[in-house]
Amino acid sequence: MLEVRNLCVRYGQTAVVDDVSLTLGEDEILMLVGPTGCGKTTILRAIAGLVPISAGEIQLGPWQIDPKRNVPPEKRNVGMVFQDFALFPHMSVEQNVGFRLADKSPVDHWLRLLGLEPLRKAMPDSLSGGQKQRVALARSLAHQPALILLDEPLSNLDAALKDSLRWEIRQALKTAGVPAVWVTHDQEEALSVGDRVGILNGGRLEQLDSPEVCFCEPRTRFVARFLGEASFLTGQLEGDVVHTSIGTAPATPVNGAAGQVDLLVRPDDVSMELSSAGNARIDHGRYEGGSRLYAVQMDEGPVMEVRVSHETRLKPGDRVSLRITTTHPLAAFARSEL
Amino acid sequence: MRRLPLSYPLAALVALAALMPIGVLLQLGWDATGAFSSRTLGILLNTLLLTLFTALGATLLGVPLALVAAYVQLPWKRLWLILLAAPLAMPSYIGAFTFYAAFGPGGELETLFGFSTPRLDGLPGATLVMTLYTFPFVLLTTRASLRGLDASLVDAARTLGLSLLMSLWRVVLPRVSNGIAAGALLAALYTLSDFGTPAIMRVDTFTRVIFVEYNAFGLSQAAMLSLQLLAIVGLVLFLETRVGSQRERPGRPLSLWPSRWQTGAAFAALLPVVGLAIGLPLTVFGVWLIREGTGGFDVRYAWNSAHASLLAALVAVVLAVPVAHAAIAGKAGRLMERVTYLGFGVPGIVLGTALVYVGLQLPLLYQTLALLVVAYVFRFLPLAVGSVRSTAERLDPSLIQAARTLGASPREAFWRITMPLTMRGLVAGAALVFLEAMRELPATLLLRPTDFETLATYLWQVYEAGYFGRAAVPGLLLVLISAVGLALMLSGEQRAEMGFLKDEKARDEEPRDEMLKDEKR
Repeated sequence: MLEVRNLCVRYGQTAVVDDVSLTLGEDEILMLVGPTGCGKTTILRAIAGLVPISAGEIQLGPWQIDPKRNVPPEKRNVGMVFQDFALFPHMSVEQNVGFRLADKSPVDHWLRLLGLEPLRKAMPDSLSGGQKQRVALARSLAHQPALILLDEPLSNLDAALKDSLRWEIRQALKTAGVPAVWVTHDQEEALSVGDRVGILNGGRLEQLDSPEVCFCEPRTRFVARFLGEASFLTGQLEGDVVHTSIGTAPATPVNGAAGQVDLLVRPDDVSMELSSAGNARIDHGRYEGGSRLYAVQMDEGPVMEVRVSHETRLKPGDRVSLRITTTHPLAAFARSEL
Repeated sequence: MRRLPLSYPLAALVALAALMPIGVLLQLGWDATGAFSSRTLGILLNTLLLTLFTALGATLLGVPLALVAAYVQLPWKRLWLILLAAPLAMPSYIGAFTFYAAFGPGGELETLFGFSTPRLDGLPGATLVMTLYTFPFVLLTTRASLRGLDASLVDAARTLGLSLLMSLWRVVLPRVSNGIAAGALLAALYTLSDFGTPAIMRVDTFTRVIFVEYNAFGLSQAAMLSLQLLAIVGLVLFLETRVGSQRERPGRPLSLWPSRWQTGAAFAALLPVVGLAIGLPLTVFGVWLIREGTGGFDVRYAWNSAHASLLAALVAVVLAVPVAHAAIAGKAGRLMERVTYLGFGVPGIVLGTALVYVGLQLPLLYQTLALLVVAYVFRFLPLAVGSVRSTAERLDPSLIQAARTLGASPREAFWRITMPLTMRGLVAGAALVFLEAMRELPATLLLRPTDFETLATYLWQVYEAGYFGRAAVPGLLLVLISAVGLALMLSGEQRAEMGFLKDEKARDEEPRDEMLKDEKR
């Protein structure tokens, strides 16, 4: 359906997107996630034809696009949902959704499906953020695109609304059977909605895989840190286990790491108990509601982050003992200079 | 590899056309003899003195009034501001004409009230009139700067023991010096290009002498003088670009609550200004209307004005669309837009001279309505461009992109999204051009077809013939048109302000009412 090969986009001298390749399967939702300025929105705009590409190819349905052969956005049959919704302010909800449709039946279908029926005649000005987002989605879907691009569709909405709308959008996309590329800066959103997740950094795609693989077997330290709290612990890799000062854990070497390694430890991979001897000392803690997250200074080693039940209440300076308890393999990176 | 915006070729054509008058003048002035005679020096001196005195007068009058208008909480604040800005909308020749007729022995003031006043003409008369009709430039730019200042610095100065007046002088005014300078330069620019006032007050400035030369068939002399005037205008425009704008962190502006006698004093200061600039012309025209009725006036004059102005408004808007869009599209487009702004700096009399020459070369155009419309379009195109551009700029580019991804071609996106959403700017731009063209005098005098009398030229004929009483109807109509123009400008400004406020409010309230709406579901 969509195949992007070695895509580069440059603004002047700076490469905003650098050698990105990806493919999108039938009705797959691909999340692109990364920090601000990583080029994720630019990839969408290049696929939509809103920015010219500098190198590489985009294969989109029947179209073969490269820097010499551009196809204007209106010919690409790509739907796009914009961050600021981009509803036409001089048209009602109904007119927006049916913008270029000769046959208006998809309008009714999508208005009903997204619960917008009562707002049919309303003008965009009078809608709330969540409603605007649904109208924008309905407009894209009603035009029956071969592919939908979503550019941070939830970033202008309240936190409370995001959770429910995230699922509503996913359901709508799956009902329509339309594949989508969804851009976000929110790693939680990326992990929970996507069939696959691509993590971008500085215009390059660092990893593209299922959410589980990206989280548990990150290909780079950047991916490891970006997708969740990460501590790195030195250890010795022998076979498929790593020996560390706080226990032994099964491990998967990253990029053929061997010997001295840095083991990626998530806050849930270790257990902690109060112990006057101990091997570490509480630095500070954070209450998270259902749990507590503690930063713990190892006597010999780095600061580790540990998540425990909210009933465990510790003070800074308390002596504790840490132990690795995980049974699933942890990622082991080659020892870095840092 | 980026494709050229579609608006570029059209905008480039318009920009090239806008350069034409200057090219014509250069060619004409080339043949003129005696570039600098003692006479030219005298003209230069008169022009510079009038400009300097007016700029000074406008500053001395405008800055204190700006302080009052910006900070003092007077009753009917808004009304006072409108009245103080109003002289700007009135053509100064209306003021010059009525002042000339009102003062002096045998003037209207003497016939009405019986006290004699000194004659008002020459440099002092012209300075007084120009000051009264240009001080709003200084008032408005200064007020805008003053409103942008945070009151906390004045409060700090006063808690440190400085009196209010001293704090204004030492803490506030230095920070708005750029605003004052910008206003004074605008007043100077207006004075340089104004024809009516020096002509009526009989001061031999460039604009008046150019007209005299034109009437004496000294077209190349007129062109030479036009070029010299343009050089001075260019200098002032250059100075204007050097005046930067200071941006400070915006905050709550100062509010002063005057006591009763202070309110009285403020009114006593405001009244004579408003009375002279607006009250006096209205009174004089009113007296004439009662005394002489509508004698000599022909409705055709008003129709001619409206007809030519309407054509100019339509053409200007059509040309403004590509220029405005080019200006938004990129750097080259912005340059093209700047070039079309030249028309605003070229005084009407100078533009008229250039186009008369064009007419003489192309007899097909000479003394036709078309040439007059062309002159109006050259002069007032920037108003249309500015208006179209400001609405088009506010258009969110993602709307066009959304239309494109939904399958609309650039043309369809333009007609279905851009046009409807910028219609307001088109209409406002056309209205501004129409109202300005209705009041234009010097270029009309030079370019109108034979027997084609407009409101402004009829007023001029009445002045030259000395039948002052007949000026009542055209004069009052011109004042009325000015009032409509002012209302339009103010409503535009207010809408911009209100729109901004509405957005701010919406942003503040949105999360809350979003939650409410979601709870309801």
